[in-house]
Amino acid sequence: MNFSEKNISSIQLDILKEIGNIGAGHAATALSTLLNKKIDMSVPDVKIVSFDEMIDMAGGPENVVAGVFLRIEGDAPGSMFFVLPLEQAEIFIRELPGNIPFCADELPYDELAVSALQELGNILSGSYLSSLSDFTKLSLFPSVPMLSIDMVGAIIGTGLLEISQVSDYAIVIDTALNDELQNTNAVNGHFFLLPDPESFQIIFKALGVPDYE
Amino acid sequence: MNSLLEIVKVGIADMNIVKTPGLIRTSGLGSCVGVVLYDLSAEIAGLAHIMLPDSSLAKNTSFNSAKYADTAIRDLVSLLMKNGAKASRLNAKIAGGAQMFQYSSGSDLMRIGPRNVEAVKKELYSLKIAILGEDVGGHSGRTIEFNPESGELVIRTVNKDKVVI
Repeated sequence: MNFSEKNISSIQLDILKEIGNIGAGHAATALSTLLNKKIDMSVPDVKIVSFDEMIDMAGGPENVVAGVFLRIEGDAPGSMFFVLPLEQAEIFIRELPGNIPFCADELPYDELAVSALQELGNILSGSYLSSLSDFTKLSLFPSVPMLSIDMVGAIIGTGLLEISQVSDYAIVIDTALNDELQNTNAVNGHFFLLPDPESFQIIFKALGVPDYE
Repeated sequence: MNSLLEIVKVGIADMNIVKTPGLIRTSGLGSCVGVVLYDLSAEIAGLAHIMLPDSSLAKNTSFNSAKYADTAIRDLVSLLMKNGAKASRLNAKIAGGAQMFQYSSGSDLMRIGPRNVEAVKKELYSLKIAILGEDVGGHSGRTIEFNPESGELVIRTVNKDKVVI
């Protein structure tokens, strides 16, 4: 099965957008509570993209980011990424109490800082996923989130493996989080939700949408 | 002067070739493996950005051959030969195959990096192409750039000095 714009209807695209909306909405609330800051989110973007295009959406293959990756297990398996630009990761660490040293150019990274970023990914993806699970009544549970601070191409390439066995394209549900002022202190992250190809039918069916062809 | 050089970019699950004066590059290799095949006397090189070890993993019959180690290497060899390389003079340099995330779940796909490297080596061995340099494994992403004139492969990683093999 290969995806193309043709075999997915506009109502199905809208459903996927709504999934991004609900999931990221809950995650944004969680982030806002965590940082005590107002967080805005973009209208989710649902796109059928090649792997190269997806990597470009996250800032190009060599862009260095803190990426949290997790597998979604349960009724509708898939992959999820939360990608945070490195400067943003530094800002996040600084917002936390306890003066954790973290400098993106210095290896090895502070253990506590890495753990904090992992926990950030954990909280955000957990809230994304549990709202999605409530909404679809599907049982979805996350694997332990894994953190990698490296080139986007290398991080996303790994998460695309499951899909790459069946297709050269992925349906990406992308939601950006911004803080309200859009200034340099903005929290500016991306959620990418990549349901496995066979999960689309399950999701659509759970929501009572006509079959995915 | 370097900025005048033509740089051929190879995307994920893609391949291409380059002749002097030019460079060929692929960015953001994680668990993927970058395979460079080159004929130094013809000053021609090809690069494939491989994602998966074996085309038998493909769940449908029509697939992109550059994605799999076995099919990509064979296709790259014939592409190079069509463009003036001689099979007996081909050598290889490989990089990538890192494990980007620490192993946690039972998914076999998580240790795809080492499997990709194994598959690439096996295929090169069966085609009797010598591997003259490699930088594989580890936990970091790599960007690689090859010069078909000098036969040098430059490898960049985040927060580390570049390596030339």
